Amino acid sequence: MSRGGLLLFQLLVALVFFGLWQLLATVPIFGHTVLPPFFFSTPVNVFNRILKWLIEGTIWRHLLVTLVESVLAFVIGSLSGALIGFWFARQQTVAAIFDPYVKMMNALPRVVLAPIFALWLGLGIWSKVALGITLVFFVVFFNVYQGVKEASTTLLDNARMLGMSERQLLRHVYWPSALSWMFSSLHTSVGFAVVGAVVGEYLGSAAGLGYLIQQAEGVFDVAGVFAGMIVLAMFVVAIDLLVTKVENRLLVWRPNAGEGTA
Amino acid sequence: MEAGVTAGSTAVALDDATVAFRLADARVYTAVEQVRLSVEHGEFVAIVGPTGCGKSTLLNVAAGLLRPSSGTVRIFDSPLAGLNREAGYLFQADALFPWKTAIDNVAIGLEVSGLARAQALERAQAWLTSVGLAAFGNRYPHMLSGGQRKRVGLAQVLIRDPKILLMDEPFGPLDAQTRQIMGNLLLQLWSADRKAVLFVTHDLEEAIALADRVVIMSAGPHARIIGDWRVPLSRPRDISEVRMEEDFHALHREIWSVLKDEVMKGYAQSSQAPVEAA
Repeated sequence: MSRGGLLLFQLLVALVFFGLWQLLATVPIFGHTVLPPFFFSTPVNVFNRILKWLIEGTIWRHLLVTLVESVLAFVIGSLSGALIGFWFARQQTVAAIFDPYVKMMNALPRVVLAPIFALWLGLGIWSKVALGITLVFFVVFFNVYQGVKEASTTLLDNARMLGMSERQLLRHVYWPSALSWMFSSLHTSVGFAVVGAVVGEYLGSAAGLGYLIQQAEGVFDVAGVFAGMIVLAMFVVAIDLLVTKVENRLLVWRPNAGEGTA
Repeated sequence: MEAGVTAGSTAVALDDATVAFRLADARVYTAVEQVRLSVEHGEFVAIVGPTGCGKSTLLNVAAGLLRPSSGTVRIFDSPLAGLNREAGYLFQADALFPWKTAIDNVAIGLEVSGLARAQALERAQAWLTSVGLAAFGNRYPHMLSGGQRKRVGLAQVLIRDPKILLMDEPFGPLDAQTRQIMGNLLLQLWSADRKAVLFVTHDLEEAIALADRVVIMSAGPHARIIGDWRVPLSRPRDISEVRMEEDFHALHREIWSVLKDEVMKGYAQSSQAPVEAA
């Protein structure tokens, strides 16, 4: 299918979805409204709400807060995950000692940490950043750990025969190998950073998309909830596009780097 | 076997080298046993044997990647400790750095030895040219064909100008035509300065066409050297033409009569459960 044709069908799906929603929410069938507007709102109301946010400019502040939290969580989580993953992979004793605790921490549903972080770090951005970090850290940690441990033995032998010292092995073999694994999980870790931020906001904050949705929900403002969800979805799609761009640049050496988006 | 040649001229000498591995269940698997093998300076030696006979094991021993359980390894008459710094190793599997371009892959050996990057790249470009890939320097390995990757690998090893060249079925995965082209390229590069070469292959024809000496190993485990032939063909050779010569056929028949039984043995063993002898 051509690019234009594909786009047409993709738009058609959205059109049918919203059309059906509007229809079922406004036109009674046999005297019975299938989607009562009180519970489901209508697409027109939702879009009007988004438009109002955009015109009044209130949404930008919330978007910025969520963006800052996500970026901080991603950067700090990835850096610490990469460094510690690298260290553990090179020091098997350290890895063995901490193994049960790492597993335990990873098994813990991170949402339960949110109240603790709010208690420790207050209702500002840092409690959300902390929650995001706990999510991002483990994704990156496990990938880098795996990447370093599974650096191909042939490649390592070849590097040694070419005269590399241990330090040069780190730079030319282990590190690129670990990075390639880390980048392959870029979409997941960026997604987790956003999840951490939004969930944190939802559970207690004064700004951000999660806050916006939570506020609307508190007053049974269904249009506000859906509007918040749609803005959030757009936000995530935009970030994902950006990640794909970055990934294609960094992983040019990979077969099919240009095609993978999963 | 060529023992006792003038001091300093023997590039690689394995003396009674035995390599045994301890398996997970504590049994011992002896891959090669009491191998006595020498490669003179400037000599091209091919090792031929059935699959799983420990040919690669021998190369790893000569490279210093693997220590023999008993016996000695001498490189230019001094005992080998640690990695063999005189040797370049062309591996059977793809061993190029996938995150480096072809030219960076070739230059890396010089870069890590401390040469300035600009100079390393300049010499890498010259080597890419001599393996016929002058225009492919900025490609990543996955953008190259199997034969092209082997050429880059060859340049990567040769740019460091090792005195000994170890090659582990380097052209194994290539198609027949590409193998011949690579064989001729190898001979052409080799004839420039005649390094000592230890070339492992399972292809007897390839071995005879390339080498000065062909060494035959028995089927493993406990693989040994069971034959050593000098190749009477003159140099320079063309791989595809040398195969037509009568001397080639005579030698091939002679070696094959020995090798055939081992190949059948090796085949029988590799289709059974892994370790019989302990």
